[in-house]
Amino acid sequence: MIVFEKVSYQYPRGPSAIRDVTLEIKKGEFVGVIGHSGAGKTTMAKLAVGLLKPTKGRVLVEGMDTAKTPVSELARKVGYVYQNPDMMLFASSILEEVSFALRNLGYPESEIEERVLRALRAVDLNKPLSASPHALSFGEKHRLAIACVLAVEPDYIILDEPTTGLDYYRCLLLFEVLRKLHQAGRTVIVITHDLDLLARFSTRVIVLERSTVIGDGKPREVLGDVEFLSEHGFVPTHLLQLARRTGSEDLTPEGVARTVAARLRRQASA
Amino acid sequence: MGNAAVTVRNLWAKYVGSGDWVLRGVNLEVREGEMLFLMGPSGCGKSTLLKVLAGLLPWVIPGTVEGEVLVAGVDVLRYGYKGLAGKVGVVYQNPEVQVVTRSVFEELAMAPENLGLPKEEVRARVESVAKALGLEDYLFKDPQSLSGGEKQLVAIASVLAMRPRVLLLDEPTSMLDHLGTRLVLDLITQLKREYGLTIVAAEHRVEWAVEVADRVAVMSDGAVVLEGSPSEVFSRVEEVQKYGVRPPGVSEVAYNLVRMGFPIRIPVRLSEMEEVLGGG
Repeated sequence: MIVFEKVSYQYPRGPSAIRDVTLEIKKGEFVGVIGHSGAGKTTMAKLAVGLLKPTKGRVLVEGMDTAKTPVSELARKVGYVYQNPDMMLFASSILEEVSFALRNLGYPESEIEERVLRALRAVDLNKPLSASPHALSFGEKHRLAIACVLAVEPDYIILDEPTTGLDYYRCLLLFEVLRKLHQAGRTVIVITHDLDLLARFSTRVIVLERSTVIGDGKPREVLGDVEFLSEHGFVPTHLLQLARRTGSEDLTPEGVARTVAARLRRQASA
Repeated sequence: MGNAAVTVRNLWAKYVGSGDWVLRGVNLEVREGEMLFLMGPSGCGKSTLLKVLAGLLPWVIPGTVEGEVLVAGVDVLRYGYKGLAGKVGVVYQNPEVQVVTRSVFEELAMAPENLGLPKEEVRARVESVAKALGLEDYLFKDPQSLSGGEKQLVAIASVLAMRPRVLLLDEPTSMLDHLGTRLVLDLITQLKREYGLTIVAAEHRVEWAVEVADRVAVMSDGAVVLEGSPSEVFSRVEEVQKYGVRPPGVSEVAYNLVRMGFPIRIPVRLSEMEEVLGGG
């Protein structure tokens, strides 16, 4: 479990980026975090990984206080994928890139290779291990960055706007990868602006606005509430609006279609 | 809608170092006052096509271009971006690369100044574009103090101060959050409706496309593979998906209904879905 206890964070000489946030993320959840620029999403993610320490309150990862635990210890539990993969990638080969963290954490060579291959398979990256990360396309770099985090096999994986710069097909591929990780027992936390993808894949949605949590619940409670979304400056997609209009609890196209089908059958028999 | 503002015939293009052709025989026509959306997955060639239309490839970005391209009456492959000055404006994905000066006023004045217009005319243009876009209160602000969406508005305004006949947009909202996206989309919609500007946009926001685009061209592997009104293109859900384009949510729902055996027409807009639902 990741626990935020009355957490505030203030950047030096800056306004507070997170204010008095209390929440729990349980193992096995697939959490979507939405919010406008500057709402505090990235700050919250960095607090959960221990890259930032709260200025007030406590963050606990599996019971460990992030302020008192070395980042290397936390890294075994929580992985963080930066918004821009170029921020993470530096090595001259894919093998070196993915094994870097494992070497730092002191894994034996025999185990390293096994983990690297497993991580690359999970993100569906079929490139030679000797290839340069910098020669990859943006989407491939992103998947490599995820593989680097997966290789450590953390229980929690946090992704900061992983869909930026990806087209529709690659977004779906990426979320399919995340779904597999989730089904394999990992906890996935994704920051994104894409409401339809969250409606389709997540089990919980957290809404941040001006440094605090203003919404938290199942996708159908949060994303299904199109008035709430509009009020707070989000643009509810047509799918979400249609789900609301028809009273569909399932927010996927297939689910909304089933609701509409039932309605059309009722109309036909009336 | 009258004459062609953009004509592209049998266009082939590649970059130095790209090896293979990136555009492979593109044909396209955009009439004056029309808004055309280019859609397709990364690497389909839509950004490259915009670079050719803007006279950048092969004039600024090295490469090879063959075929025929007329934009606002200019033979682009002969005269390049210089021939298009004052006639064509381009807005890119990332406003950070486009906004360079220390005040919004300077930003808006830059293009008309570069066109060599007299000072009074420059000032008049800045004031009129600021007024039209509701940016009057921003004129003496530092662009770097603005949000992403506001910066993109400034980038668009600075292009409009040139009074271009054709506006080229390369995914102008892909780096913005919901608030910024809404600001920019509202503005572009207004430009089209009130000023009748010819707009060619590479864009992936399909739900916006169905509301404002006159025509949509889906590209794949360097060629236009589907073209027509938003209804004509997006009602072909399976094909659109095959080419890596997200279909509108309502079309996807309707497509599922068709597969369940309901004999309905596939709508592309939320408002058209009411017909399917039959009231209540």
